[in-house]
Amino acid sequence: MRHTISVLVENEFGVLTRIAGLFSARGYNIESLNVAPTLDPTMSRMTLVTRGDEQVIEQIEKQLNKLIPVIKTEDLTRQSHMEREIILVKVKATEKTRAEVLRMAEVFRASVVDVSETSYTLELTGKADKIDAFLRMLDPLGIIEMTRTGPVGMRRGAQGMNIEG
Amino acid sequence: MKLTGAEIFVECLKREGVEHVFGYPGGAVLPIYDEIFKKNYFRHVLVRHEQAALHAANGYARASGKCGVALVTSGPGATNAVTGLADSYMDSIPTVCFSGQVATSLIGNDAFQEADTVGITRSATKHNFLVKNVEELATTIRQAFHVATTGRPGPVLVDIPKDVSTAICEFHYPETVEMRSYHPVTKGHPGQVKKAATMMLKAKRPVIYTGGGINGCRGSAELLTRLVRSLGFPVTNTLMGLGGVPYDDEHFLGMLGMHGTYEANMAVSHCDLLVAVGARFDDRVTGKLDAFAPEAKIIHIDVDPSSISKNVRAHLPIVGDVKVVLQQLLDALAAKGDKAPNPEALKVWWHQINEWRAKDCLHFEQKDDEPIKPQYVIRQLHEKTGGDALITTEVGQHQMWAAQHYGFRRPHRWMTSGGLGTMGYGLPAAIGAQIAMPDETVIDIAGEASIQMNIQELATALQYKLPVKVAILNNTFMGMVRQWQEMFYESRYSHSYFDSLPDFVKIAEAYGGAGFRVDKVADVGPTIEKALAIRDRFVVMEFMVSKEENVYPMVPSGAALHEMVLS
Repeated sequence: MRHTISVLVENEFGVLTRIAGLFSARGYNIESLNVAPTLDPTMSRMTLVTRGDEQVIEQIEKQLNKLIPVIKTEDLTRQSHMEREIILVKVKATEKTRAEVLRMAEVFRASVVDVSETSYTLELTGKADKIDAFLRMLDPLGIIEMTRTGPVGMRRGAQGMNIEG
Repeated sequence: MKLTGAEIFVECLKREGVEHVFGYPGGAVLPIYDEIFKKNYFRHVLVRHEQAALHAANGYARASGKCGVALVTSGPGATNAVTGLADSYMDSIPTVCFSGQVATSLIGNDAFQEADTVGITRSATKHNFLVKNVEELATTIRQAFHVATTGRPGPVLVDIPKDVSTAICEFHYPETVEMRSYHPVTKGHPGQVKKAATMMLKAKRPVIYTGGGINGCRGSAELLTRLVRSLGFPVTNTLMGLGGVPYDDEHFLGMLGMHGTYEANMAVSHCDLLVAVGARFDDRVTGKLDAFAPEAKIIHIDVDPSSISKNVRAHLPIVGDVKVVLQQLLDALAAKGDKAPNPEALKVWWHQINEWRAKDCLHFEQKDDEPIKPQYVIRQLHEKTGGDALITTEVGQHQMWAAQHYGFRRPHRWMTSGGLGTMGYGLPAAIGAQIAMPDETVIDIAGEASIQMNIQELATALQYKLPVKVAILNNTFMGMVRQWQEMFYESRYSHSYFDSLPDFVKIAEAYGGAGFRVDKVADVGPTIEKALAIRDRFVVMEFMVSKEENVYPMVPSGAALHEMVLS
């Protein structure tokens, strides 16, 4: 099963390698990994998406917590949470397809961030399934390239993830 | 007070109470070595290879209960240390290794003797640090010792660039360690402990299974023995856990696992409650996982949460320091007053166990006119030392015979490479143990193959006048490899035989120690006595043993524990 795990880490040299190394050394897969500093610049927050049965996910959380610079982990999948990712996608724009590309952008509420004589670059934020659907619709029109961030996520409600809570 | 990095280094080690450092100098650590020379705060033991520095630190830590410390130079010094770090990591032995590094301005330039030491050792250490600034040095050293010795212990490496050793800053020794991301749990959850006590009193066929956690945690073995005796439960030790209960205690079933005793493996396979204490359900212990303790409820006490339910699902996990949790458990049982385990059921259980015991699975026969049996040598070592020597081993058949036949009276006197299985561990570990316990008898039980992997350390033993004894069981084969080839590869002995063995007696003498060769049964005991009497230099005893003796019982790889080959 797919799990999205938030990890709060010390913002120090080598942390990303420690986490990536843990996953490769123990044979866990990473679907996506996203990292950036938090409001407190001494900490970074990662969102990683992985797959595994209950026992594997339990081990992943324990192994993450065992790494010295890991401050806290939270398996978002176990609670009510939200996830968003951003995609940039460059699509061919010909006489015939130009209008259809813009129509799709409108339907999905994507914005146009770059235009050339033969292409549009669109930006979309959303959950993974929405992004997948968007890509499916654009595919016949001719995708030149795309890049997606992988999800970031957090719990719903007033409670935040910090050192104490 | 303004100090150089090298001065800060020695000041910090002094404040950590370090008395011995095992190391080997080189370019990147010259400023540190110069300061060691000037201050003379601790004794530096010069090894002959960096791998040996780490194994010696490991043996020292296991014998003394203190943190082992090693010091190596950059590049090859650090890469040579990797095996020793990995060994300590697998066996959870507290060690701190300091490595020199090229100057910060050269890092990443493929400089002379540069290696990405932090990168290379990341998966072989509990944690590692690269000190980029002299201001961070004191705090980093403090944290390194803290991380190495708390929670589940392990090796920590601190990489110190040469310019950090020579840079100057104001020295503040941090009295306390603040690490917001590192808080090992020591006390078991009281509710879980209470549940465990209830389960133990209800059990009809209980077994206590204990591992390296007991040897790694001072004071826990006494509590374990008390628990075992008060409940009357059978107890088995892993390879790492030997000495956890005295070998001659009536409750002790011997070692379990691949070369465990028949009674221990059968008891685990048939128990209805398995209490694991400081053990990690290693594949050499469990055999085939789905057939391991199939009828048992499992209580697992361990300081490392990731050890729990990793291989075998625990029904009742208790995270905590084994000593603290064993005390909590004893208190919880005492609070239940006169409630005792079911005496009728235990009687039936012990009756069954004694039937298994009657197989006498470790039995061997030594006839006077036949080649020396390796098991006989181990039994003689036990007899001549009263089961109270500090024993280290290399890896292979001799290691298993030592585990099966030596018989340990006390904890912390058995040092073997359990997890990584490192040939070449025993001699340097014996040197470390002898440095820690100068008045005790220390014996490295070795094979003629393993001993050659770090034989250069005889020179270290000579230099420090260490009366280490090396008992080589020479069967001219890499015995364990040969045994597997015999059993699983139709006796095709591919590269497991030595055509060109050296004369070990001459080697011992050339290195400045005493050497004895024994090829008659009648000479085994007297030679051991002669060796034990030598206290001013090392002794090598070479026992010419029967060549194709196998280690039994044996659970073939991948088989269930009860599917043992007995002979």
